[in-house]
Amino acid sequence: MNTEIKEYLSRLGKRFLDFIYYVGGIGLLGIRTVFWLFVPPLKRQQVFSQMTKIGLNSLFIVFLCSLFTGIVLVFQSAYQLQKLGAERFVAHLVALSMCRELGPVFTALVLAGRAGASISAELGTMRVTEQIDALETMATNPIKYLVVPRFLALVVMLPLLTIYANFIGIFGGYIVAIRKLGLTSTIYINSTFEALALKDIFSGLFKSLVFGVIICCVSCYQGLNAEGGAEGVGKATTLAVVISFILIIAADCLFTAFFYFV
Amino acid sequence: MIEIINLCKSFNGHQVLKNLNLTIKKGQTQVIIGRSGCGKSVLLKHIVGLLKPDLGQVIIDNQDITQVSDKELNQLRLRMGLLFQGAALFDSLSVGENVGFILREHTQVDEVTINKKVKESLELVGLKGIEELMPSELSGGMKKRVGLARAICARPDIILYGEPTTGVDPIMADGINTLIRQLHDKLQVTSIAVTHDMVSAYKISDQISMLYDGRIVESGTPEKIKNSQDPIVRQFISGAAHGPITE
Repeated sequence: MNTEIKEYLSRLGKRFLDFIYYVGGIGLLGIRTVFWLFVPPLKRQQVFSQMTKIGLNSLFIVFLCSLFTGIVLVFQSAYQLQKLGAERFVAHLVALSMCRELGPVFTALVLAGRAGASISAELGTMRVTEQIDALETMATNPIKYLVVPRFLALVVMLPLLTIYANFIGIFGGYIVAIRKLGLTSTIYINSTFEALALKDIFSGLFKSLVFGVIICCVSCYQGLNAEGGAEGVGKATTLAVVISFILIIAADCLFTAFFYFV
Repeated sequence: MIEIINLCKSFNGHQVLKNLNLTIKKGQTQVIIGRSGCGKSVLLKHIVGLLKPDLGQVIIDNQDITQVSDKELNQLRLRMGLLFQGAALFDSLSVGENVGFILREHTQVDEVTINKKVKESLELVGLKGIEELMPSELSGGMKKRVGLARAICARPDIILYGEPTTGVDPIMADGINTLIRQLHDKLQVTSIAVTHDMVSAYKISDQISMLYDGRIVESGTPEKIKNSQDPIVRQFISGAAHGPITE
């Protein structure tokens, strides 16, 4: 019995240490990335290439997600607000929900699934095929060469995509509100501007910046530490997406509470 | 000169290298032979500083690379070229960009000169006009030769070869062996090759060392190894299924 308890505690301790090691590894990667960001030269061509891959190529999927979100938001809120005769406030609700919450979170989740998985798989493949070792033997720091361009691309493109998602979401809501709820265009647009304060937009953009850092650190960490061939790359990619999702939602919860009180 | 002193390395409690000692003179071609998984590649990775030993030293021209700063280590690495077993070409870069990588990253040389050097290096390994191809468009043997061209493009003092002839046909293997010999003769580079291909080992080496159970069990000229009386070495070079290694 005593031995069983000891074994259980030992396993628990090991898991806890693994967790600390993992979190520490991600944190350390983040710190190193910021350090190498300020060490010249900056690989501009690679940064632009990553921005295209991560940002430009995600435009369509973000468009679809935001449009549908905006449409669903209008239908769901109108269902409740009609009972109170307050359909006009649908525009308020869509604008605030998109800018403060759904725009940043959905865009981040889409990028974690699309770009995060791609980063993790690419770096993981490079790790298991010794390409990262090859970089190091050619006196090139993998964080500077591989992580920094992806980091910059994510922290620039995610807020930009969030602004784009906010517009599309509001536009989706606008179409439904005009066509199905009988609101006029002027009322909808005026209500949208009336509802939004700068703080709402910036809190959303700040969140998306943090989400960008999370996606980059988690995906790159998983990729750089992949081992065991194709299976290892698959595992790293899955973990990158799952952990990014969890951390995005957790960070969103934290920052939403923070911005509620501030 | 490269000196490896009492090198020890373990992975997950399994000791791969046990007090390994080896000295490689300047301009010499040293071949390390041994069975797959005996630690030959681990040894190469210690020489380029990709792995840190648990104990021991790797001294290159009086600098212990296990103790130097990252900056000093990178300076040393710029003097080395490493051919990986699987070539390890960068998938996202073309052949020309792969071969000229180190020149573009670490020198101020203009693009015309880099392209010229890339072309020369590719010609040295018997490849012409493939600069624009991507690694995915190459056969296994071509990848290996492009990997070799990348390793020699910056004209390093030390070249390390990880299984240089594995995965290429016998004619190509002989071509690579000849090339390694030529690089040694023309450029006076210090070379270290790990292989289990005895034909290659005899052809390219000045000195052969057999790695077994984490240690060097015998070292000597190709002739000495051919005539070795050590049962472990005898079994390995003859390729016998039965003997002290497999018992």
